[in-house]
Amino acid sequence: MLPDELKLKLEKMISDAESPREKAIDVMFEIQELQGWMSDEAMVEAAGLLGMTPLELEELATFYDYIYRSPVGKYVIKVCDSTVCWLEGHQSIIDYISARAGVPMGGTSPDGLFTLLPVCCIGYCDRAPAMVINKRVYGKLTPEKIDRILDKLANSAEFHESE
Amino acid sequence: MPQYPQVLFKNRKPDRVATLDEYRESGGYQALEKFVGGAVSPKEIISLVDQSGLLGRGGAGFPCGKKWAAVPESGAFPRYLVANGDEMEPGTFKDRILLHVDPHCIIEGMVLSGYSFSASKAFFFVRPSYESSAVILERELEYARQAGFLGNNILGTDFSFDIVVHRSGGRYICGEASALLNAIMGKRPNPVKPPPYPTEKGLWDKPTVVNNVETLACVPHILRNGPEWFKGLSATPHGAGTKLYGISGKVNIPGAVELPIGTRLSEIIEEYCGGMSPGSEFKACLPGGASTRFMTREHYDIPMDFEDLKKIGNRLGTAAIMVFDQKTCLVGATLNLIEFFARESCGWCTPCREGLPYMRDLLWRIENGEGKEEDIPNLRRLCKEVWNSYCALAPGAAEPVISLLDFFEDEVRQHISEKGCPFHAKADH
Ligand SMILES: Cc1cc2nc3c(=O)[nH]c(=O)nc-3n(C[C@H](O)[C@H](O)[C@H](O)COP(=O)(O)O)c2cc1C
Ligand code: SF4
Repeated sequence: MLPDELKLKLEKMISDAESPREKAIDVMFEIQELQGWMSDEAMVEAAGLLGMTPLELEELATFYDYIYRSPVGKYVIKVCDSTVCWLEGHQSIIDYISARAGVPMGGTSPDGLFTLLPVCCIGYCDRAPAMVINKRVYGKLTPEKIDRILDKLANSAEFHESE
Repeated sequence: MPQYPQVLFKNRKPDRVATLDEYRESGGYQALEKFVGGAVSPKEIISLVDQSGLLGRGGAGFPCGKKWAAVPESGAFPRYLVANGDEMEPGTFKDRILLHVDPHCIIEGMVLSGYSFSASKAFFFVRPSYESSAVILERELEYARQAGFLGNNILGTDFSFDIVVHRSGGRYICGEASALLNAIMGKRPNPVKPPPYPTEKGLWDKPTVVNNVETLACVPHILRNGPEWFKGLSATPHGAGTKLYGISGKVNIPGAVELPIGTRLSEIIEEYCGGMSPGSEFKACLPGGASTRFMTREHYDIPMDFEDLKKIGNRLGTAAIMVFDQKTCLVGATLNLIEFFARESCGWCTPCREGLPYMRDLLWRIENGEGKEEDIPNLRRLCKEVWNSYCALAPGAAEPVISLLDFFEDEVRQHISEKGCPFHAKADH
């Protein structure tokens, strides 16, 4: 199921580790990079590579915030809802993104581009309110800034903000 | 504004990472050349770090030299070092900034630490939202290898030591040292109670030291300049070193600053954060991250170090100072904090898994006008009961709650008697 090229890359990664399952998160990240989320088939295949049972891998997959066991949009927008972002009005940021991208909290936009999720403190309290999209962080959010970011993402898969 | 010596932030640039060459020009890697290159006894390193009074910067303030010395001489090989860069506690971001300022200072500290107890491999544990930090680190690790400071036969000696970046899947509990080791081994990251301590049986049952990133970054400077110099950096007679303070919330310029440990809170806010935000007055702060107690105006001038905060029943924690103003509802803030902890509970033990959601529920009711008089003693009881939990997450979660009741009981009661949040009508945040 996984393309041969990726499989080779994963096998190399695993053989460099102290023990195979040390690479469980990296392997799941690589698969998500390709297909967005961890399907049941992907779980079975990844577990096989890692020398784990699918259930053992499931114990990890369901534990972590950045592993998805159901389909997500191309861009997963996580808005920080912990203390300092709360203080700086994170709710209005969530409402704005939700209205603009046409996606309720926990949902995915009809075009499959954006998924909106809450996340706890992302460690950018000095730039609150902040969010993370896939693994890139954007701080000091305003409606104008959000417009710019979402427009660029919608137009280009390669967009990176230099922050 | 007084200018204090910059040690960890010496090479801070407004918009970029300091390079390997810049780090070397500022004295970087000299300690490595002297101790590892000169084959000075590893014990000498532990003894100097111990004399320096360096306390762990990850929250618990454990003496660094003592931890390294706890690795038994007869202990098995290979041995491991873990740099804890999880940093998921709300308010905490200093380690990220340090990594973006001067990564080689952390790398050199890790090699010296590894040398001191004969480790051969280190893991740098990093959370998903710090992917940019992970990328910087991987790039700089490669430069360090090329320069002979890392990898096989460091500086031509028979000491070999390498560092790999370990990416987390993202959960707060992974920062707890024993859960962190499970996370690295690819097991579900529930904590494990000692004994045995990780220094005896850690990763794959081999001796393992876990240190905070900032703790490790202090090490090259201590070894190059001596323990007395390090002690002398402190603003108080009992402290040692500088400290990275991460200030956020209602101040003009939030951010991380390096100051003598024990600098007064008032000075930190007024001199280094541009004072309070326009229209804001200081009401309270959490002095050391989400699992410390609210500190009121009464302690506005307190020296921010381990001992002085302990004296007033509080903790320096990670020195992440979250500042709240007179317009902030502290019931709301505490509700937000307990929501974080309830969500991040790893679910392993009952007092935490069940107790924290119950506390959240009571606080939610009070904040939303459904609170009753008896909720206050119930919250107090729960704050005590979570001390029966398996790890320090739940007792930490109770700290803001108990201090809310101790210092702001009137505000809590006002919510109950007025059947709602008194700040809601006037709040503009
Ligand atoms: C729930 C929880 C989360 C923690 N998170 C971190 C963290 O993100 N970074 C860190 O350095 N220490 C964290 N700690 C403290 C570690 O358990 C450990 O004491 C520390 O990494 C040791 O390093 P030090 O001695 O250099 O401070 C956490 C502790 C608990 C209970
Ligand atoms: S106190 Fe909470 S985080 Fe710690 S072991 Fe128990 S359930 Fe897990």
